[in-house]
Amino acid sequence: MAPPAQTNRSPSPSQPSGKGEVSDLKMQLRQLAGSRAPGTDDAKRELFKKVISCMTIGIDVSSVFSEMVMCSATSDIVLKKMCYLYVGNYAKHNPDLALLTINFLQRDCKDEDPMIRGLALRSLCSLRVTNLVEYLVGPLGAGLKDSNSYVRTVAAMGVLKLYHISESTCMDADFPATLKHLMLNDREAQVVANCLCALQEIWGLEATKSEEASTERETLLSKPLIYYLLNRFKEFSEWAQCAVLDLVSKYVPSDSNEIFDMMNLLEDRLQHANGAVVLATIKLFLQLTLSMADIHQQVYERIKAPLLTLVSSGGPEQSYAVLSHLHLLVMRAPYIFSADYKHFYCQYNEPFYVKKLKLEMLTAVANESNTYEIVTELCEYAANVDIPMARESIRAVGKIALQQYDVNAIVDRLLQFLEMEKDHVTAETLVLVKDLLRKYPQWSHDCIAVVGNISSKNVQEPKAKAALIWMLGEYAQDMPDAPYVLESLIENWEEEHSAEVRSCSALALSEKEMEEPVRLHLLTAVVKCFFRRPPETQKALGAALAAGVNDFHQDVHDRALLYYRLLQYNVSIAERVVNPPKQAVSVFADTQSNEIKDRIFDEFNSLSVVYQKPSYMFTDKEHRGPFAFSEEIGNISLGEESTGNVVPAQRIEANDKDLLLSTSDKEESKGSIHNSSAYSAPGYDGSLAAPSQTDLVSLDYKPTPNVPSATFAIDDLLGLGLPAAASPPPPPPVLKLNTKAALEPNAFQQKWRQLPISISQETSINPQGVAIMTSPQTLIHHMQGHSIHCIASGGQAPNFKFFFYAQKAEEPSTYLVECVVNASSCKVQLKIKADDQSTSQAFSELFQSALSKFGFS
Amino acid sequence: MISQFFVLSQRGDSIVFRDYRGDVPKGSAEIFFRKVKFWKEDGGEEAPPVFNVDGVNYFHVKVVGLLFVATSRTNLSPSLVLELLQRIARVIKDYLGVLNEDSLRKNFVLVYELLDEVVDFGYVQTTSTEILKSYIFNEPIMIDAGRLPPLGPAAMFMQGSKRMPGTAITKSVVANEPGGRKREEIFVDIIEKISITFSSSGYILTSEIDGTIQMKSYLTGNPEIRLALNEDLGIGRAGGRSAYDYGGSAGSGAVVLDDCNFHESVQLDSFDVDRTLTLVPPDGEFPVMNYRITQEFKPPFRINTLIEEAGSLKAEVILKIRAEFPSDITANTILVQMPLPAYTSRVSFELEPGTVGQTTDFKESNKRLEWSLKKVVGGSDHTLRAKLTFSQESHGNITKEAGPVSMTFTIPMHNPSRLQVKYLQIAKKSKTYNPYRWVRYVTQANSYVARI
Repeated sequence: MAPPAQTNRSPSPSQPSGKGEVSDLKMQLRQLAGSRAPGTDDAKRELFKKVISCMTIGIDVSSVFSEMVMCSATSDIVLKKMCYLYVGNYAKHNPDLALLTINFLQRDCKDEDPMIRGLALRSLCSLRVTNLVEYLVGPLGAGLKDSNSYVRTVAAMGVLKLYHISESTCMDADFPATLKHLMLNDREAQVVANCLCALQEIWGLEATKSEEASTERETLLSKPLIYYLLNRFKEFSEWAQCAVLDLVSKYVPSDSNEIFDMMNLLEDRLQHANGAVVLATIKLFLQLTLSMADIHQQVYERIKAPLLTLVSSGGPEQSYAVLSHLHLLVMRAPYIFSADYKHFYCQYNEPFYVKKLKLEMLTAVANESNTYEIVTELCEYAANVDIPMARESIRAVGKIALQQYDVNAIVDRLLQFLEMEKDHVTAETLVLVKDLLRKYPQWSHDCIAVVGNISSKNVQEPKAKAALIWMLGEYAQDMPDAPYVLESLIENWEEEHSAEVRSCSALALSEKEMEEPVRLHLLTAVVKCFFRRPPETQKALGAALAAGVNDFHQDVHDRALLYYRLLQYNVSIAERVVNPPKQAVSVFADTQSNEIKDRIFDEFNSLSVVYQKPSYMFTDKEHRGPFAFSEEIGNISLGEESTGNVVPAQRIEANDKDLLLSTSDKEESKGSIHNSSAYSAPGYDGSLAAPSQTDLVSLDYKPTPNVPSATFAIDDLLGLGLPAAASPPPPPPVLKLNTKAALEPNAFQQKWRQLPISISQETSINPQGVAIMTSPQTLIHHMQGHSIHCIASGGQAPNFKFFFYAQKAEEPSTYLVECVVNASSCKVQLKIKADDQSTSQAFSELFQSALSKFGFS
Repeated sequence: MISQFFVLSQRGDSIVFRDYRGDVPKGSAEIFFRKVKFWKEDGGEEAPPVFNVDGVNYFHVKVVGLLFVATSRTNLSPSLVLELLQRIARVIKDYLGVLNEDSLRKNFVLVYELLDEVVDFGYVQTTSTEILKSYIFNEPIMIDAGRLPPLGPAAMFMQGSKRMPGTAITKSVVANEPGGRKREEIFVDIIEKISITFSSSGYILTSEIDGTIQMKSYLTGNPEIRLALNEDLGIGRAGGRSAYDYGGSAGSGAVVLDDCNFHESVQLDSFDVDRTLTLVPPDGEFPVMNYRITQEFKPPFRINTLIEEAGSLKAEVILKIRAEFPSDITANTILVQMPLPAYTSRVSFELEPGTVGQTTDFKESNKRLEWSLKKVVGGSDHTLRAKLTFSQESHGNITKEAGPVSMTFTIPMHNPSRLQVKYLQIAKKSKTYNPYRWVRYVTQANSYVARI
């Protein structure tokens, strides 16, 4: 092929000036259209280039359409390609003109050169003009049967394009069936891959309309097809491998041998340089082993090194994508990564979004052995000149303190932050000290001494101000000048107020919202202070109430009025209302519910992980992909545990998931124990030695995890024949339970899904009981003695989760209980569902009375 | 599947724009550019590589100042798309020889040709430079590479080292040499990016080497290649030890990689036995192997910082760097940076007498001291004194208001890990077949930080 003419080429072809040039181009093209003179092709190339370059920068060159088509009668493939590109871009909006191109495209589809055939077919299918689809069917059919694999790969994609232009034409021509045939028989792997992608999309979209398509969609996940694809796996390009791995991760193997075969086959993919392949493999491994706790944990161990390598090789962008996934895994199983904390140290030149992920990981992996070093490192960041980073680091230190590790030393560090005298550091630290005091009131003495020295003038940020004010109110007796500081803050009430009125722009609006809690806090703090030191505070109180009652904000006004009337009515009652004795906060609410987290985990290796949101929150319904959950979920609020009687769809599903995980455990466990040696990859050996304490999900029904006993398991499941069950229940309140209650796991799942939560509450468990609760078994046996049976359990110390059920003695009315035990705080969260709602309270009492005896028996 | 692919210049102009599926509105390039340019979310000022605006997901990577962008409405694997964007950049570079705004603009038709074959209806077809050759008919228009900042890790060979033929990295896989004959040659680059954090007392807190063996082959007929590494190369740290164990293994003993991964063309059959990699290198540039090392190594530079207060409004910073590598090796393009207290108003510098090729600067906008050195010979010492003047009295401890000191540098023909290519064997086609082989080593600072 001759190089393009160098003579009259403008130095930068992609900077045309505009309209005049377009009409100029039109004229020149017209002159060349019929010319057969030598060198015409070169001249055409130059013109075509100019047209394409206009198109790229957004100048509308659709007016030269007919000239372009006229010029396209050529054998020069470079010209053809430019022409195809042009036509593809403008055909959609010029359907009449597009008709002009059909002729030469159809002719090219029959060209001798397979390259031309492929190109023409691709362009033909890319026209996106509805009334031209009739011209597509013939060439597509021929293309799918073409002897050349390039044409077939193009044709396979062409079918998908046709489907998007006209579903009915595509289905009527029975193209999906042809694709399926090709997928199973073509010798060229890329053809197979394209057929797979096309079919996944087509059947995914059709499935909502026809039963047949939905069955076809299921067959994509059938064993023969999955095995067929896996057997040809090495033939696929790395990108097609990603598609196959994604499909396989949705396949449910029938037994553990299958699982190990797959994992052994794909083990080497973890060493691939392409992060997309590695993540797709990891997703598959995680999904496959979900029900095999010990192997699942080995997978975590195995994937650690490849993930870390991917994070540090490649560009910063890929590294971020991988890091987001590592972040997800660290958050799920921090203890597995606790020795690797140094990998999560931040580098000074990393962008903030990377540092933020790393800080969260550092916070998560902190434990007794590494807290000192992690906090030392975080303190370095806190002194950083980069202010957002400094703030995040201080928050991280605070979070670690709230996790109960080595609080003493951390409190000292936090107090040192206050002495740094940087406003942003002080502000963040105050908020944290406040939270710490709510959890560990015993530190108040040390903290208050330092906080008392802070001048309220240096604290400007609303959150920090609110925190400081809260402490002034709460610890008024320990801070000598608390009333006077509050008084001076109240004096500024009006200033703040007027400052807000002045700035009414949209931007300032958010500031206004922020100030409102400050004033609310101020009111409460002054009242609290008044109870402790009435003479000193009286003046401030009067001022605060007056300002509050006159406040234009409704909440502030109402609260001031409430306090005023309470105080008027009876001071001691007011104190009981405003400042009752507080219990230390044991667990701060998590920002993300477990259901959401599980959903994101299910969507591993997708944007959900990067955004930290499940896909329904950011993707339109029609783009959710063929196998995504199809339910529309509207009414979930992030981070809030719904306790109402209506169970949102998503909750049901998530509950299902929990159950699935633990009940399928039972089915798999036998296999996993016998077969774990079958998976011989490095790092998976010695699995049985893993201590059961650190299992992600431990199996609940075996007295010792190493003795598989199928019969015993079944007995337990059915609640039959266990000696413990025979012992008479202690004097129960009215309700009598059937000692031999029986419920199938499936029935349980179904009921759990259908029934609303009738009672949801928190209770506590006897610490002595906790002491003996080294494994979930002990509690299960105890409850069984009270005719309450366990159907599934899981978790690792200190958090255990149980699903119990019980039945009324006389009638087949069932109670279902989800019971989450936190052994370290001795707290128990209960959710009770019942066939007969009216007796659920009685059952709840019975359940709690049984629970309260745990540890004494 | 992706919906669109486009490349934007630094000013936000589309250089190429390809719409694959037509389900994202045309204005996406402007929406994207505005979002990236004025990013202000989650406290950061830099847009993450992936974000969502009105249901459209935008993926981007930055290559030589250009933005390579893909859009999609579906919940794709971010790794897949970002990797794809990087590969597209690499393939384009393979064809154009040099990748920059100018070469892209001159060759945009060829780029469209590539894009048509790389992705069809949003699905990746191939990113192999080799396979693509049979579909590409445009010839690249070469641009003068002399004055241009080159791309990629191999670019660092351009400076300082005369042993390298500078034309190599700017050679297209399809263009012919001026002489009409292609030169048979193969480049193997061992590139190590090192990260170290020193504590204020000079103790190494963390260190890591991220290495790549990069290959670029211009051999005709794709002969098989055998690449032998250190025979005693170990992989995977011993189980019980923590990943950061600095217990006396320095200087002697084997190179131990924490972990590594390989390009798909690499056959590992004999790797476990004799640490040899066998591969048939495809055309174009690709990483044969990536590796990661946390084993202790000798840091090439030591940094000493001393801050002395001189009255309430003045202080002196003394920065000293010592090159701790052999004297036959020279580091180049060294830059030492240090954030100074925010209330610093003026800085005067004092270099050692008789120094050449060193410049100093105080960046007023971000209060940062910058000291750049063109060359540093192994074994040498360099010192900078900076006198600071403050606009207000310091709160006492200046070390809490300044630092840490960070450094960037490039050291050709040196790699701290001591990983080596022992030999590079090319399957011979004939007796006279003896292609040029270039094995090159280079070390670069990734995050090289000394706390004060």
